[in-house]
Amino acid sequence: MTSEGAVTSERPLTSEGTLTSEGARTSEGAGSTPGVEVEKTGDARLPVAKTYKLYVGGAFPRSESGRTYQVADSHGSFAANAARGSRKDARDAVSAARKAFGGWSGSTAYNRGQVIYRIAEMLEGRRAQFIDLITSTEGVPAGTAGATVDAAVDRLVHYAGWTDKLAAVFGSANPVAGPFFAFSTPEPTGVVAAIAPQQDSLLGLVSVLAPIITSGNVVVLIASQLRPLPAITLAEVLATSDVPGGVVNILTGDPAEIAPHLAAHGDVNALDLTGGDPELRLTLERLAAGTVKRVHSPTREPDFSRPPGTVRLRAFLEIKSVWHPTGSISLAGGGGY
Amino acid sequence: MSTAPTQSRPAPRGQLPDVAGSEQSLRQFLHGLPGVDPVGVEGRSAALATRSIKADSKRRAIDLAISMVDLTTLEGSDTAGKVRSLAAKARRPDPDQPDVPSVATVCVYPDMVAVAALCLAGSSVGIASVATAFPSGRSNLAVKIADTRLAIDSGATEVDMVIDRGAFLSGHYGKVFDEIVAIKEVCGATRLKVILETGELATYDNVRRASWLALLAGGDFIKTSTGKISPAATLPVTAVMLQAVRDFFEMTGRRCGVKPAGGIRNTKDAIRHLVAVREIAGPQWLDPFYFRFGASSLLNDLLMQRQTQAAGHYSGPDYVTVD
Amino acid sequence: MPTAPSSAAARWDYAPAPESAAIGRVRDRYQMFVGGAFVDGRGEDLKTLNPATAEPLAVVSTASPADVDDAVRAARGAYDGVWGRMSGAERGKSLFRIARGIAERARELAVVETLDNGKPIRESRDVDVPTASAHFFYHAGWADKMAHAGYGPDPRPLGVVGQVIPWNFPMLMAAWKIAPALATGNTVVIKPAETTPLSILVLAEIIADSDLPPGVVNILPGAGDIGRELVNHKGIDKVAFTGSTEVGKQIQTSLAGTGRKLTLELGGKAANIVFDDAPVDQAVEGIINGIFFNQGHVCCAGSRLLIQESVADEFVAKLQARITTLRLGDPMDKNTDIGAINSATQLARVRELTAIGDAEGAERWTSPCPVPDRGYYFPPTLFTNVTQSMRIARDEIFGPVLAVLTFRTPDEAVAKANNTPYGLSAGIWTEKGSRILGMAAAMRAGVVWANTFNRFDPSAAFGGYKESGFGREGGRAGLAAYLDTDDEGAR
Repeated sequence: MTSEGAVTSERPLTSEGTLTSEGARTSEGAGSTPGVEVEKTGDARLPVAKTYKLYVGGAFPRSESGRTYQVADSHGSFAANAARGSRKDARDAVSAARKAFGGWSGSTAYNRGQVIYRIAEMLEGRRAQFIDLITSTEGVPAGTAGATVDAAVDRLVHYAGWTDKLAAVFGSANPVAGPFFAFSTPEPTGVVAAIAPQQDSLLGLVSVLAPIITSGNVVVLIASQLRPLPAITLAEVLATSDVPGGVVNILTGDPAEIAPHLAAHGDVNALDLTGGDPELRLTLERLAAGTVKRVHSPTREPDFSRPPGTVRLRAFLEIKSVWHPTGSISLAGGGGY
Repeated sequence: MSTAPTQSRPAPRGQLPDVAGSEQSLRQFLHGLPGVDPVGVEGRSAALATRSIKADSKRRAIDLAISMVDLTTLEGSDTAGKVRSLAAKARRPDPDQPDVPSVATVCVYPDMVAVAALCLAGSSVGIASVATAFPSGRSNLAVKIADTRLAIDSGATEVDMVIDRGAFLSGHYGKVFDEIVAIKEVCGATRLKVILETGELATYDNVRRASWLALLAGGDFIKTSTGKISPAATLPVTAVMLQAVRDFFEMTGRRCGVKPAGGIRNTKDAIRHLVAVREIAGPQWLDPFYFRFGASSLLNDLLMQRQTQAAGHYSGPDYVTVD
Repeated sequence: MPTAPSSAAARWDYAPAPESAAIGRVRDRYQMFVGGAFVDGRGEDLKTLNPATAEPLAVVSTASPADVDDAVRAARGAYDGVWGRMSGAERGKSLFRIARGIAERARELAVVETLDNGKPIRESRDVDVPTASAHFFYHAGWADKMAHAGYGPDPRPLGVVGQVIPWNFPMLMAAWKIAPALATGNTVVIKPAETTPLSILVLAEIIADSDLPPGVVNILPGAGDIGRELVNHKGIDKVAFTGSTEVGKQIQTSLAGTGRKLTLELGGKAANIVFDDAPVDQAVEGIINGIFFNQGHVCCAGSRLLIQESVADEFVAKLQARITTLRLGDPMDKNTDIGAINSATQLARVRELTAIGDAEGAERWTSPCPVPDRGYYFPPTLFTNVTQSMRIARDEIFGPVLAVLTFRTPDEAVAKANNTPYGLSAGIWTEKGSRILGMAAAMRAGVVWANTFNRFDPSAAFGGYKESGFGREGGRAGLAAYLDTDDEGAR
């Protein structure tokens, strides 16, 4: 599959500090482009609409199935075509995620923190674009949309600061009753499949995604079925934020079609069912049992405008305990026998 | 004596001529031995110490332990009278119980060997003599050789030499090796015990290296301690040395002995050591020819326990002789 | 002077040193413990056997589904009425009492455990019972410190907890389950394994003597059907299960969509990795302990030995020599190292899987130790020429059977060690510090023992990756299993 989007080809993942013209890129959005003067040429200019695709392994492929579905704006009018992800797209996303896991989980916490902070920077830079997008897809006033984008940026900043605190907060040195040094340390669970919240298309998405990758997990995320456009636009942010390809993979389409394949997949370690309806959750939880996946399925409706706590961070952490003898310094230690 | 790495050395009796060929190869071999994890070996020793030895097994263990005792007096205040008294005890440890076995040897300073030899003539009890500037080993080789000759000429059947711990700790393994070879030459057929003084070697890794060094150089026994330094024999140290003689036997086919000395004062400790011999080195080592206790007060506790086993009630110190 | 022994004279050996069975005070019949009272269940009585002799040991009353109802109701009543509201400090004092009570009746408990389970008295005395007491003591101290546990200022208990435990460590697993549940303020309905119900019923006496409010702990002996009844009961807020991965998956499936919290501690197929620079003698001990401790009936047993090829032959020879010294026989003998397999069923499974090992072309070596002619015994067994694809290298045998594989490089060791759906534990043997830390990080397993194996402590979290389950037991992390820790949106 080729990545036709200009984003990846133009901007190497590792280049930092070169992305200064984000404001000029707002025309990629589905909505109007306030603030950008349209040059008068006699004819009214037709904006260039964007083709929304999947985000897998750092690239923007179409669905292998070739299927798309129509996404409406808040007034019910056509907004865009979105890719309708398939079982095979899910498979590709999982293998891309698995491939990225070693590098991402093995990177230093400091580095992960910087990368996540970079996402926040990129999102902030595209603030206007996301406000447009949310306004048109969710039908909320621009002020509300602005607050949502700000909260999403702030959430990313919050998690950027968590990466190098996790081990201290959730790990421990264990005072075992014997001549051993034992420590417990949190490690990422692995490949997490997540269903993004259906309503809160940006803040909910970021609130689900960020804690998963903060601890070194990689994620295959199914965007809101009704409101997938902010998710794919966020993928463009991710692709320009030094996030290694495959760490975050975003599929659009019908969760009820895609998610069961992820829930049953032998190389998926955990599920986040935040955006799944009760019926789908039941199905997925049953499938998850086939390989003893960890499942985060919040019983309370999350309010993403409030502080996130740590439950989402803890949901995809494994605690590993490591033991080693403490050597006695001298033979005098053996005198008791 | 030179420790130049190129110097060639007499090959040991075993199958390892290259190892002792130079200071360098000796070092490489000793430092190539597997490490000893202290917690592991101490844990294993603690587990062995939980073996429950009862009834007939205990009675047999006591007699076996008695037969393995090198009954020792190594004091500046030793006199001929003291040695005669000890020799009598060695032949017949419990005057009331003629079926008590004799001990393995009496162990004395070289100048007391003649006295002991006189007392023990015709008995099964051997005479072990410490030598080589015991206990510190701080003299030159000529003096150490003379010391050994004195012991053997006076009738010693076994020699307990000390290694030069200073040389060992400063890494001059060749010097230590050469001294052992030289003393063994003097000994000839007389069995040589090499005292490592493990309490000064500081680590189990060093105990293992020193054990191999002594075995490679031709020692017949490796012995923990002089009894003058604390800690002396401990079960984990004995365990490491038992592993060494076992592995040395596997490699060369030559079966050597182990002698923990100092610090083993009661029957319980002795039996724990026998358990270690049985389970680490193997049952073949459960013989006075291959295992000894260097001890003075241990014998009386063994005798008291033996009386307890026979009589069915506890004995007391007045029922064994103080020598 | 001693002369060289001439022949293989009869060598000194150990006489039998049996612990007295009378210390266990085993009664003819035992009852369930519900609502603070010992009562008869409406299930059929079961006969528990002494696996060392295959003879009946005692009769135990079992629960019916109606008894599960009663027990859950009693637990709910105790939670609503007393335990859920009691101050942490008072709860803690009750747990301290239980810890002390276990220690005071330690010898009796060890004997009961050995008679009912078949494990050597040396282990029940030195490991199972003292560690059980330690678990209560540790968690007792947590009870009034929940605000400091890192789950918010006032984390709430979940309510009534349903717990199902296995037969391999009956007393210790009871402690692992009950102590943290009570410390965090929950009440408990627990089902012991069908073949090992006795020690937990002695624990019930200790609990009763500790003046724990009635209904806080309820114990329901029974078979798997009662376990199913319990974990699916609508009055339960949380399920904790230790046992096979197969049953764990069933439970996870049946709890899907209920919102009930679940923790699972399941099977394993741990690799014990020995590098060429290992402390060899201690590594041999660690491998032995890893697979022959408790007859290999240990979920975290080091059942796969991964040995670096350059030292493999030498190491296996040492291992065999050491295995030969292991004493198999009467579990009540204080010198027994390997006791009885817990049941005829388990013995059949071990035999079946080892026969598959033969059929797959692995080379079997069996300790020449004498095997008693009655009771359920399986001698220590080692398979060489094992490949990753063989079932003895993949399936959890849960018996004294070690599969030996080799590797050439650390990368290969990591790949082979992690190449299993399980992820409970791993062992690393090397004197190289950086390799220890590197390997420890590379293991996809919840517990990594380096230069040691099978160490357990209430302060160190225990639990699996992947199909070995989720959730932790022990340590601060273990408390989360019994608390409502969902702090999302909390101000």
